Amino acid sequence: MSPKVRIKTLKIDGRDIGAREDETILQVARENGIQIPTLCHLDGLEPIGACRLCMVEVRGSSRLLPACVTRVEEGMEVTTKSPRLIRHRRMILELLFAERNHVCSVCVVNGKCELQSLAVALGMTQVRTPYRFPRFELDASHPRFVNDHNRCVLCARCVRVCDEIEGAHTWDIMGRGVNGRVITDLNEPWGESNSCTGCGKCVHVCPTGALSEKGTLREDAGKQRDFLPYLTLMREVRR
Amino acid sequence: MPIERVLAMASAQVEAESKFEHHIHVCVASGCLSSGSDRVLQALRDEVKGRGLENKVLVKGVGCLGLCAAAPLIAVFPEGTYYQAVKPEDAPEIIDSLGKAPIERLHCPTDRPFFQKQNKIVLENSGYIDPLRIEEYVARGGYQALIEVLTEMSPNAVIEQITLSGLRGRGGGGYPTGLKWTTVAKSPGTLKYIICNADEGDPGAFMDRSVLESDPHRVLEGMAIAAYAVGATRGYVYCRAEYPVAIDRLDKAIKQAKKTGLLGPNVLSTPFSFDVEVRLGAGAFVCGEETALIASIEGKQGRPRHRPPYPAESGLFGYPTLINNVETFANIAPIIRNGGAWFAEIGTRGSHGTKVFALAGKVQYTGLIEVPMGTTLHEIVYEMGGGIPDNRPCKAIQTGGPSGGCIPARFIDLPVDYESLREKGSMMGSGGMIVMDDTSDMVDVARFFMEFCVGESCGKCVPCRVGTAQMNDLLTKIIDGKATKHDIVHLEELCELLRDTSLCGLGQSAPNPVVSTLTHFRQEYLDRLVETDEEAAS
Amino acid sequence: MTKARLATVWLDGCSGCHMSLLDMDEKILEVAKVADVVYSPLVDTKDFPENVDVALVEGAVSSEDDLEKIQRIRKNSRFLVALGDCAVTGNVAAMRNLFGVRAVLDRSYRLTSVPAGSPPDQIVPRLLSRVRPLHEVVAVDLTVPGCPPSAGVIHHVVTELLAGRTPDVTDLTRFGA
Repeated sequence: MSPKVRIKTLKIDGRDIGAREDETILQVARENGIQIPTLCHLDGLEPIGACRLCMVEVRGSSRLLPACVTRVEEGMEVTTKSPRLIRHRRMILELLFAERNHVCSVCVVNGKCELQSLAVALGMTQVRTPYRFPRFELDASHPRFVNDHNRCVLCARCVRVCDEIEGAHTWDIMGRGVNGRVITDLNEPWGESNSCTGCGKCVHVCPTGALSEKGTLREDAGKQRDFLPYLTLMREVRR
Repeated sequence: MPIERVLAMASAQVEAESKFEHHIHVCVASGCLSSGSDRVLQALRDEVKGRGLENKVLVKGVGCLGLCAAAPLIAVFPEGTYYQAVKPEDAPEIIDSLGKAPIERLHCPTDRPFFQKQNKIVLENSGYIDPLRIEEYVARGGYQALIEVLTEMSPNAVIEQITLSGLRGRGGGGYPTGLKWTTVAKSPGTLKYIICNADEGDPGAFMDRSVLESDPHRVLEGMAIAAYAVGATRGYVYCRAEYPVAIDRLDKAIKQAKKTGLLGPNVLSTPFSFDVEVRLGAGAFVCGEETALIASIEGKQGRPRHRPPYPAESGLFGYPTLINNVETFANIAPIIRNGGAWFAEIGTRGSHGTKVFALAGKVQYTGLIEVPMGTTLHEIVYEMGGGIPDNRPCKAIQTGGPSGGCIPARFIDLPVDYESLREKGSMMGSGGMIVMDDTSDMVDVARFFMEFCVGESCGKCVPCRVGTAQMNDLLTKIIDGKATKHDIVHLEELCELLRDTSLCGLGQSAPNPVVSTLTHFRQEYLDRLVETDEEAAS
Repeated sequence: MTKARLATVWLDGCSGCHMSLLDMDEKILEVAKVADVVYSPLVDTKDFPENVDVALVEGAVSSEDDLEKIQRIRKNSRFLVALGDCAVTGNVAAMRNLFGVRAVLDRSYRLTSVPAGSPPDQIVPRLLSRVRPLHEVVAVDLTVPGCPPSAGVIHHVVTELLAGRTPDVTDLTRFGA
């Protein structure tokens, strides 16, 4: 942290809050125990503002702003919960559930899935949006890991962790829109990837059962998502 | 001295042209080329050569003559006679008629409003110059604005004129150009970039393509002036690879400009250096969005990112970047030549200058028109466009492509400017204008644009990626007569979601065609609904 | 006091939700005090009766028979509960939507059966082209996700409904629970 960083004061949900100017609304809210739902965001990875679950209202702005990539400003008045925000978040979550084949009952991370937890957090017990049922193949060519596109939410955490932390950039996204999918190398089977180091970071940061470790039962399929901030902090220190 | 060389080039060209008694201009922009105008050009040249008239008759390929409906078009000067639907075998007759009465059979009258009501600033050279020859551009006053800027004006004075002109971005958003330039000029940094957005992608729109094909130097001159004004040294034209003719002419224009000393290091022997390169896009609609476009130039996936930081602050490779659209840059040289105040006089209070439209759909005369801002839809459709074929009633006018909306015919007297269009639920967009008669099915129109958005959504943010697909499914369900009123509610919820939460302009504006048809033509949706879930399931 | 008329229905599901229902053990006696089970896989009524107060429906809508049944159930029931993930989301039952009816029948009756047979064309109801959760076919009054929802949740839902209140299950169960 540069010593020149200034402190800003703002209001989140009516509470007066102080923050460093280089912090995002999301960071400050979480520091203060204010929960804003997120999916693509993961501490330790570059935020991309893709899932749009963290949209908040800022007084004076007609647009909603993604909390994960919006920096705090002096005098900002942020609302994290409103009927409109709640409606939009639920709809986004519905769209995600309806997009691919998230059959929780037969998923390796059932009970430890961030998408599933979001449904609970947002009180969603039904997806009114019609399910699309696209068909995706499974890539089980890697000796230790499996990629099941049916459960992918395209959050690009795997892409980012592999690029930003591991430095391998094995993952990327191919195709556009609903036809997009994560690929390894130039769309080669994961098991044949030359760049993959087999570190498994992508598996651990994956919020759903899209990337998982082979041979793990539900109980062991828990994902370690907390290692990133330590890893990045340690690297900062060493630098 | 390079400046003198340019001026000499201009007078030599004027002199050379004056030696010919007759000038025949054959449109070789994409519209006419697709109707075989290149063969007409060759036939006319052969005919002239065969008769030994090479020193009396000049035959040349020129940019767009405007009335694409009558392609291939040629124009004969000094008479100013236009001939339409010309075939190679007409060449002898055309040469025979030079200096005599026009050929009735081919004659295309130019006293129509289609030609008369135009006010050509961006297209001032289209149809007059050979886009492949820098000499012809220079002969018509080209690069004089750049010379003036480099020799007589400070960067601030340039920006002042642009601000004074009231020019607004012609790519769709309508952001004040002067303000954008000021921001980039004020951004600290020694390395800055200029980008010309030539990724025109609205279905049916071909304004930028035509400008690049007809008058590529005009765009380069605008970019160079902008570079001088904001302190940039490198420029990119980002053009979709689907525009091979435009790219070829642009490439040649860049080479000629460099050779003449109008681009490259120390332009016209001044301390100002500016280099331009063409980057080809693969034709993704989203790459017209500035942050996605920048990512694409950088060699990354063409996906937008959150703003701020805006490109003016942190753009290409992280440096301050000015992005303007082709038509915006094409307006720059005339503004400098004639002054910002001149430009501000044209148009309406909030929208100055002219706008080029690709007039298409159910009108007699389709093609490219340039009209002052504030021209009414009625003038465009009924006067310039010659009305609807078979005297059918006009139902709606679609502007702004997949980001715009359908304006019902009852607003036919609406002046075309940024604010008026927005008020009616549409937008200026880049200049596509599709006229629909009473046979058009508005739900189907909405689905057409939604289908486009489904295919073009980059997929980065969830609302746009899945929302457009769901909306497309819902529209199909409505068209198939399987929807209930609940589906309309759901459709409207999705419209609101996409507008409020999508990451970039593509997603935020994707609901517009649906919203505008739901607002103005709701009954067409309601007529297709069934009462109960049971009926819907059957 | 007249007892409420309770029905439970088994459409395309594994019957796990009914197993879970029975798992409420002795608490079912409490339910029996205030409600009559007028229709259920567990009782011997052939046709879904009229005037049902609460219908708990397990399973997705997969066949023409399911479709007919659910429409009749909706017509004859005051309160319809989609019970369990198959009824709420389609769940495992809907996984065939990825492949289509023909591929699924071929796999079951021709490719994996020895000797190879052929899909039945009579008696067994025809499969719909697409498996759908209940709410895509009829109006649903309450969704109770879970695979299966626990006996406690089902007990809570039933007793609340019989007491005339609509329960909130958002904190009690979830998809895949």
